Amino acid sequence: MSSRDLILARVRAAVADAPEAAEVSRDYLTSHTADDPAAVLDLLHENLADYRALVHRTRPAGLPALIARLLAQRGATQVLAPMGLPAPWLARAAATRIDDRETSTAQELDAVDSVVTGCAVAIAETGTIVLDGGADQGRRRITLVPDHHICVVRAPDQVVASVPQALPRLDPARPLTWISGPSATSDIELDRVEGVHGPRTLEVVLLEG
Amino acid sequence: MSGTYLGMPSFPEAAGKAVRDETLRGNLRHATHTIRDKRAKAVSELVDWPGLREAGKQIKDRTLRHLDDYLVQLEKSVTAAGGTVHWAADADEANRIVAELVKATGEREVVKVKSMATQEIGLNEALEAEGITAYETDLAELIVQLGEDRPSHILVPAIHRNRGEIREIFARTMSEWGRPAPEGLTDAPAELAEAARLHLREKFLRAKVGISGANFMVAETGTLVVVESEGNGRMCLTLPETLISVVGIEKTVPTWQDLEVFLQTLPRSSTAERMNPYTSTWTGTTEADGPKNFHLVLLDNGRTATLADEVGRQALRCIRCSACLNVCPVYERAGGHAYGSVYPGPIGAILSPQLRGMESEIDASLPYASSLCGACYDVCPVAIDIPEVLVHLRERAAGRGGRGHRLEKAAMKAAGWVLNHPAVLAAGEKVASKTRGLHPKRLPGASAWTDSRDLPELPPEPFRDWWKKNRT
Ligand code: SF4
Repeated sequence: MSSRDLILARVRAAVADAPEAAEVSRDYLTSHTADDPAAVLDLLHENLADYRALVHRTRPAGLPALIARLLAQRGATQVLAPMGLPAPWLARAAATRIDDRETSTAQELDAVDSVVTGCAVAIAETGTIVLDGGADQGRRRITLVPDHHICVVRAPDQVVASVPQALPRLDPARPLTWISGPSATSDIELDRVEGVHGPRTLEVVLLEG
Repeated sequence: MSGTYLGMPSFPEAAGKAVRDETLRGNLRHATHTIRDKRAKAVSELVDWPGLREAGKQIKDRTLRHLDDYLVQLEKSVTAAGGTVHWAADADEANRIVAELVKATGEREVVKVKSMATQEIGLNEALEAEGITAYETDLAELIVQLGEDRPSHILVPAIHRNRGEIREIFARTMSEWGRPAPEGLTDAPAELAEAARLHLREKFLRAKVGISGANFMVAETGTLVVVESEGNGRMCLTLPETLISVVGIEKTVPTWQDLEVFLQTLPRSSTAERMNPYTSTWTGTTEADGPKNFHLVLLDNGRTATLADEVGRQALRCIRCSACLNVCPVYERAGGHAYGSVYPGPIGAILSPQLRGMESEIDASLPYASSLCGACYDVCPVAIDIPEVLVHLRERAAGRGGRGHRLEKAAMKAAGWVLNHPAVLAAGEKVASKTRGLHPKRLPGASAWTDSRDLPELPPEPFRDWWKKNRT
């Protein structure tokens, strides 16, 4: 007998006499936050900051200058960008734009200072941004290897209050990366240290209107 | 199961040693108390916690009841998404499958995401025997690997080490494994983490094969989920060409929607965060993004035997959050190593003897490594009644020839406190026997256990309040 058949047979024998399981009662809330976009955005801001992401707010007209300033402050000379990143976002940046390419090696990505992306969804209650590899987000590795990630969230369209509201908006067939604050470890005496392997700095731009 | 700690003394003996180790006790106490207080706060933010807990329990029970169907569905979805599914009845088979897969790539090195399943089967050792080096990349696992040590906590495996010890391990051993520790390394956590970053980055960037476990597998979609903090998981999951995930069959959940429950309860229960820094999900392979080859090894290794036990099977609901460790007075004193298993603490005390069987001294002693105070049940996000299973397993151990009583006394004595605090013990038993009340046929077992000594007056207040006030 193959191990597959063996395991399935063992499972069937193990539960043969078990009572039928109850239907799952989804007796929990789909949101813990009032249905008010402004309040939800404020909560997102607060929770992102609580996990040590640097949060900025702007309107579309101010976005190119803001991104240019954030890159300059960081001293970035090269900035990685997914193919579908809206051109105006980097229009004022002094750093050289490097496109996300399948052929670039991990070492090449490691040499880049910063990366700018959009996102698929942001979750206010947990301070989370979710990337799904969409055209303005690129491959998973580009937001991982460089040390500085700037992520633009379009409010209110991309902002939801809670995890139960986020999942139906995401396609499980795409690879997803949920990010809540910068890379961190608490493995040494539970002292939180940022930037172990992923980006040390996460900057989130809340783009309103 | 293999990968057990060979030659390990039984819980009483190992715990006895641990409670006399002042550094260890200090490290543990600091850590468990810190997480447990933070966790309570994170949980209290969600007013619907009891509903989430009940739903988590029901989802897992439903999965287990129809695990055959869900596994077949999972296999189909993963295959349709471009992955390859393998089935491993035991540790040896799983190790053999992984070693063959690695060899087929022509590589001799793999990078690993922290995974309890691969520790359980002793994968690193099995790969080593085949000439393949496995690098642990989680900071705590790295500390454990470099220190030739064993993990002592589910979530923070190096919880028993303080910063001075970690500095010493890095300075002494990093050069043997790759990039040496920087000159003049101090014991500041930020510097230690930076040393690990530099040491591991060169491995990530050249790695061709990654090995992981998974926190969840969604049958409906074929999606695997890994929850982590550091980004080492993301490195291993996305940079290599080949990804091999070894996952216990009980990690299955039926639907995508089910994740809404566990992605709320797991982070808050484990690291006491609203959400862990990184969660990765992948469904088979994705064109031009991440590994080109994905293999899923579905692991039994004692899980179906556990599933066959009507009281004990609830242990398979466990989502490995480690909350039960941090509230356990016995774990706090004895430390994770005393349990002689990759699963320490209250969950280890019920899971290890079921996965491995109760023939060995250590496994027979584990169900006694508890005061039955019930704190583990209170915090468990999937409502596993650990005290109930402990009592049930004690019956089984005692049924093996009357050594149960001796083991129990030895375990209590070794944990170094309970016999000096008879009120704690009595109150713990009270809670435990209350739980028993829900399962009348289990009562004789519990009372046989309580009958074995003279019970002092029960304190009028609930045990948990008493414990809060009097914990030492
Ligand atoms: S038994 Fe419950 S509390 Fe303990 S690790 Fe498992 S899920 Fe968490």
